[in-house]
Amino acid sequence: MSLNELWDYMVLGVVLGCLYAVIAIGYTLVYGVLQLLNFAHSEVFMFGGFGGLLVLTAWVPVADPSGFQSVIYVAVGMLAGAALGGAVAFGLEKVAYRPLRRHNAPRLVFLITAIGASFFLYNIAGKLFGRSSMSMPTMYENKTVVTIFGASLNVTQLLIVFSAVAMMVGLDYVVNRTKLGSGIRAVAQDPEVASLMGVNIDKVVSRTFVIGGLLGGAAGFLFGLNSKVVYTMGFLPGITAFAAAVLGGIGNVRGAMLGGMVLGMVETLTVFVWGDDWRYVAGFAVLVLVLMFRPTGLLGERLGRTA
Amino acid sequence: MSGAADLTKETEQTGERTDTPMLELRDLRVFYGAIEALKGINVKVYEGEVVALLGANGAGKSTTLRTASGMLSPRDGQVLFHGERIDGIKSHDLVRFGIGHVPEGRRVFPRMTVRENLEMGAYRFKAPDPDDMDRVFTLFPRLSERRTQLGGTLSGGEQQMLAIGRALMGKPELLLLDEPSMGLAPLIVRQIFDILEEINKQGTTVLLVEQNASQALQLADRGYVLETGSVAMADEASALLADPRVRAAYLGEGAA
Repeated sequence: MSLNELWDYMVLGVVLGCLYAVIAIGYTLVYGVLQLLNFAHSEVFMFGGFGGLLVLTAWVPVADPSGFQSVIYVAVGMLAGAALGGAVAFGLEKVAYRPLRRHNAPRLVFLITAIGASFFLYNIAGKLFGRSSMSMPTMYENKTVVTIFGASLNVTQLLIVFSAVAMMVGLDYVVNRTKLGSGIRAVAQDPEVASLMGVNIDKVVSRTFVIGGLLGGAAGFLFGLNSKVVYTMGFLPGITAFAAAVLGGIGNVRGAMLGGMVLGMVETLTVFVWGDDWRYVAGFAVLVLVLMFRPTGLLGERLGRTA
Repeated sequence: MSGAADLTKETEQTGERTDTPMLELRDLRVFYGAIEALKGINVKVYEGEVVALLGANGAGKSTTLRTASGMLSPRDGQVLFHGERIDGIKSHDLVRFGIGHVPEGRRVFPRMTVRENLEMGAYRFKAPDPDDMDRVFTLFPRLSERRTQLGGTLSGGEQQMLAIGRALMGKPELLLLDEPSMGLAPLIVRQIFDILEEINKQGTTVLLVEQNASQALQLADRGYVLETGSVAMADEASALLADPRVRAAYLGEGAA
């Protein structure tokens, strides 16, 4: 357990944290506009992995691509993942949640529906895509590209960090600087008054799901690049990202990003100190501890209704 | 624009008007579940007027206003805007007709700045009109000083100003106000009513729900008194202000 090794793990923590942060945004955005814990978001993430995998296996030649070709493949894979994630999230809202809203169903019914939708989605994925783990086709040589004070980052890890940061910056811009973002924030703070201002709540909710789905799907693709794609892959990253959203203050976009980074870091450091068996223990222990002392999370609820 | 308003008042004195009202509520019946909140009320608001809806808690004042702006759907009866039926149209579509609603309890967006709140008021447009923004800041200099402050940190009076300003950003022809004086100090109430008078002079028609009957009737041209979901009295504001029953019930004077 040298200092160098610690540093290696911290850099890995950032990579993992970036993924959690992007997934956590999907939970927090939907919670903001609907006060709904969308537990099916982990399956949106999983479908993103398959979106990228299916398009790329159908399309990438066996020969080792390089240079510009690699860039195109990665971009297409990520877009395919994002697109399938967005589509699943869109359908999920339309089919599972909208009818409940129309009937003014109690909050608990939404939660049960979310859990049910999650089971449905990952089982249907197992049926459609098979139940064994699959790797993304080789699109580039995954060599070490940068070394930060001794800690090396390979192409995949660098890709994860860059695309995650780009997505977070873009999302932050959309939420705080665009008209759609104003609509999302207005619906989160007071839906009835938002509709008096001319905001179509159904439209905003649907688009919020799609935004979360695009990010979740892209994260699924990135996750698949780093490990494998399988129909159960959504559960652990999903539940961790959900914890990250709560940790940062559910409903708060920047909180979700912060929470993701914190949990990514805690997870890798736990592995470093106590070994892989403890991987998910410390992260959730941190969650419980933080909520005991700060029930609204690190940054507090921002987008949502209650202070 | 103030000329048009004066003209309206002149015609009014000649008696019952025959032209099409800007807003007409016709035999409106609204239910909350099995409870009948409005039992067939009729209200007319003509262009340029200030009309006050008075009544005690639970008389149906807010329900009337919420039905007019599409937040509630009537079970029976009609809502007409310039003679066109608008009941059943959802509130987010209704703003396009030029109806601005300042809701009860102000309801500013607490985690948006003053400026963002005002921009939300212009959501139905591609972009907020800078002239409207200037107009709001001229009407309410306090808001101008606090434009980067979050809505939730403003005082009650400032929030009321912001809620009115936000509605004005949508360029309403008709402004619906639900209890603008609620919970505010008398001095602030007077300021807000002065500004409402100014807004009306600038050409916006106003339908005002108030418990503060004397303030409302001093500003209004006409008034309706609602009692348990029905119109109990409808008259010129000055006549209502002089009516012993109104004075007894709403102005706190001894029974006549």
